Amino acid sequence: MSEKVTLVVFSGEMDKAMAAFNIAIGAAAMGMEVSMFFTFWGLNIIKKNEGPIKSRGVMRKMLNFMNRGGSKRLPLSRFHMCGLGKWMMGKLMKDAKFPSVDVLIATAKEAGVKFIACTNTMGVMGVSKDAFIPEVDSFGGVAAYMAAAKESQVNLFV
Amino acid sequence: MKADATLDCVGLYCPMPIYQTAKKIKELKPGQVLEVLADDEGIKEDIPAWCRTTGNELLGIEEAADGYTVYVKKAK
Repeated sequence: MSEKVTLVVFSGEMDKAMAAFNIAIGAAAMGMEVSMFFTFWGLNIIKKNEGPIKSRGVMRKMLNFMNRGGSKRLPLSRFHMCGLGKWMMGKLMKDAKFPSVDVLIATAKEAGVKFIACTNTMGVMGVSKDAFIPEVDSFGGVAAYMAAAKESQVNLFV
Repeated sequence: MKADATLDCVGLYCPMPIYQTAKKIKELKPGQVLEVLADDEGIKEDIPAWCRTTGNELLGIEEAADGYTVYVKKAK
């Protein structure tokens, strides 16, 4: 049986998402079984870029309007500067031919990395399954994460 | 050193050289040698670590001014 790696992706920033995907892709390349659990702001990484997020209630509508998410909308965790910092970082990364979050998502999937979205946060924030990209393998809770984490040799929180 | 296949990872950063190596080695038969070209210095630590974990054999790393050439023998 191959070794397992679990990652909790709590943060929704571009740089942290890149770090998480880099580790996941590297681990998969080393023959490990990788599961990424997306929760809270981390859900933004695996939201579709197109269309509005449908939700019920004024507060949830407001939250989903301000916290739209999607791989192309992720801010930087530092020096975001209303998007200027992100634009500059994006340019540097493009010059260095560093893969974008979209490419990292596609590569992780190609490498066999599993994506699990946290249903708890989805419920609180009022985000339905159809808000997510089709690459998401399943929707689960803490038990799904704990069962996988217990069997894994490496477990990280990003 | 003679290689059965070559993989060009010049211009690629971590984790792509490792990922591409893992993908490429699947095309080889056990005992065949893969040559990986890279210019990211991380490869010097990453390829030995990848070999230790996956069981493939590291035959050597050649260092030149413009980058590195790594030889990996596919495990049986």
